[in-house]
Amino acid sequence: MKKIMSGNEAIARGAWEAGCTFAAAYPGTPSTEILENIAQYEEIYSEWSPNEKVAVEVACGASIAGARALCAMKHVGLNVAADPLFTIAYEGANGGLVIISADDPGMHSSQNEQDNRLYAPHAKVAMIEPSDSQECKDYIKYAFEISEKYDTPILFRITTRIAHSKGVVELSEREEVGFRDYEKNVKKYVMIPGNARIKHVEVEERLKNLKELSNNTPLNRIEWGDKKIGIVTSGVSYQYAKEVFGDNASYLKIGFSYPLPDELIRNFAEEVEKLYVIEENEPYLENYIKSMGIDCVGKEIIPICGELNPDIIREAFYGNQKRELYNLDVKVPSRPPVLCPGCPHRGIFYAVSKYKDIVATGDIGCYTLGMMPPLNVTDTVICMGAGISAAIGFEKVYKMANRRGKIFGFVGDSTFFHSGITGLIDAVYNQSPIVAVILDNRITAMTGHQENPGTGKTIKGEITQVIDILSIVKAIGIKEENIRVVDPYDLKATEEAVKDAYNSSEPFVIITKQPCALIKEVQKKRSGKYLVINQEKCKKCKVCLRTGCPAISIRNNNIVIDKNMCNACTVCQQVCKFDAIEKGGNF
Amino acid sequence: MVKNILFVGVGGQGIILASKVLTEGLLKYGYDVKMSEVHGMAQRGGSVTTQVRFGDKVYSPLIGEGEADVVVSFEKVEAVRWINYLKKDGKLIVNDYEIYSLPVLIGKEEYPNNIEEELEKSGIEYKLFNASKIAEDVGNIKTQNMVILGALVKSLGLEELDWDGVIKDVLPEKLVEINTKAFKIGLSI
Repeated sequence: MKKIMSGNEAIARGAWEAGCTFAAAYPGTPSTEILENIAQYEEIYSEWSPNEKVAVEVACGASIAGARALCAMKHVGLNVAADPLFTIAYEGANGGLVIISADDPGMHSSQNEQDNRLYAPHAKVAMIEPSDSQECKDYIKYAFEISEKYDTPILFRITTRIAHSKGVVELSEREEVGFRDYEKNVKKYVMIPGNARIKHVEVEERLKNLKELSNNTPLNRIEWGDKKIGIVTSGVSYQYAKEVFGDNASYLKIGFSYPLPDELIRNFAEEVEKLYVIEENEPYLENYIKSMGIDCVGKEIIPICGELNPDIIREAFYGNQKRELYNLDVKVPSRPPVLCPGCPHRGIFYAVSKYKDIVATGDIGCYTLGMMPPLNVTDTVICMGAGISAAIGFEKVYKMANRRGKIFGFVGDSTFFHSGITGLIDAVYNQSPIVAVILDNRITAMTGHQENPGTGKTIKGEITQVIDILSIVKAIGIKEENIRVVDPYDLKATEEAVKDAYNSSEPFVIITKQPCALIKEVQKKRSGKYLVINQEKCKKCKVCLRTGCPAISIRNNNIVIDKNMCNACTVCQQVCKFDAIEKGGNF
Repeated sequence: MVKNILFVGVGGQGIILASKVLTEGLLKYGYDVKMSEVHGMAQRGGSVTTQVRFGDKVYSPLIGEGEADVVVSFEKVEAVRWINYLKKDGKLIVNDYEIYSLPVLIGKEEYPNNIEEELEKSGIEYKLFNASKIAEDVGNIKTQNMVILGALVKSLGLEELDWDGVIKDVLPEKLVEINTKAFKIGLSI
């Protein structure tokens, strides 16, 4: 049976067919749908872990206990999980262990463009790279087999265009493999220095065996065409190269990309007139081939920044061959992403935006958009958790440099569980009077509404214990009088909380509680409710526009609210000094 | 021969679902199909695109500038933003519906009023119609994506496939009837 599947769906299907019984992940674009799809198979235990490090560790435990285990994350997630990765590489696998890294060339939804292929040689784990949905499914099955046969974790590396492109996939049935026996083996699974020293030698030996496999695996294959141009490539770059050159080139298509196949590369290079390497971002293949003493052309003509496409490759080889393009004499306005109508983050950002001497360290999530005009609140975004921890660094330096100002750190609920807790512990431990604002919207919103430890539901929709943010904050040692829990739709209460926090000389926490306006139940509850502007009362002062709500606009010199977009959060009504905003619909 | 369809619009307009129905239909036709979409940050009121390529054998999931046989725009100004992707003599399908971006909403930038005029001058073969209004009349503005899809299927000359069956396969049961109705109206545009 054939089906159209995204790479992420195909990976989930492949894992199921391979008899995988265990999967863990933390959501992150472009990897999120892998676990969302796996969770639909009842044979596979699935979980959203609080962060990627935990996801890899639970998968390590599952693998050692004998299950075929998988974990998935976006590229930056592997940084968080690098610690277990480097040591599980020594311990190896019992049940097959596959760690998926979804990289984001072009940074469609990421803060950097790191190329995680470089992790494989660094951590000394085998690496596999599919180039379309069918290969996603097939290679996952292969990955589990190789993991078990060679006693190695597998780094399975995809990119946005593999994860989110759909293609035709031939389906098969599930093969039950059950659970391998677990036998206590401290020499293999307890990495004290004495055992690790022995293990490191074994890992080097394992890499030699894997290199032999790499020379013979069907995942690394030569497709002969015209031998004037020989192209070494992998992942989606292979598709782009085929699109451009078709049969007018020969290809060494690398699907098993660590260790690399020396013999195959050498044979291929000898047969072709000129050797090229086409790869996105880092010159991973190119540097290796050059280190073998083989002459090739890569980053001299293929850009290192951004994602590739057929046109970039065409231009690199044949110069500018622009097609005739249409161009209309129309001034197109920009369309930046914004906080949605009714977004609960708007109220708190609006309240903070009134203070000109607040520095706001932000975090990864929808609230990153607190940086956008007209709110203009956020000063920094680094990574998950840094919303709180970077605030501490700021605060200490502001104090030493005798600068005026108050530091507010912003994190979401999921982000707080991910890595915000440790930052807050630091604030208390090292007595940093920052204000940590935890934006609890009861969901992991930016990645498309995943459950998290605070929502009371698992990935499978089962009811579970709610981890209470307030209790954690108290347990960390934030004093009761320095905690405010507010409804960010209640602007007055929110502004008072911000004022109290601003004036405090101790570590302070504001928790805003209001579910994401896009949650289905929330939408249902508020459907048919909206606000309208009474044009007779409206003085056109535009204060409501400063909330940055996309439902409010100026049309024909009047300020109006789009009733279809309005979410009835009433924040605009509360900022209006002339009572010109009134309730409409079935309020 | 590979055909390229570029869908453009604004997050929340049902673009991804429309491309999904199209790709499922194309698979039924026996075509090799690839579709590419963008998630995450881009969804928050930003400009959204999906790309569908079909033919005997498709390699790249991406469409280059000047390569789209049809550009399907769910919002008026987005058609202009992506016009450079339209192939010479390609077709343009535009929903006559305006969604103001934040810079326009707060009066920092202006929504252009000369789009139709410029389209007329350009010599581009285009269909401009208010799918959102049609969908509202059908009973749910969200079915605008099926109205637009119907118009696309017609311009691709793929009407003879059992699209009703495809819609039934892809959409939840309670939404099938209204969406099929919207799709049929689209077919007549």
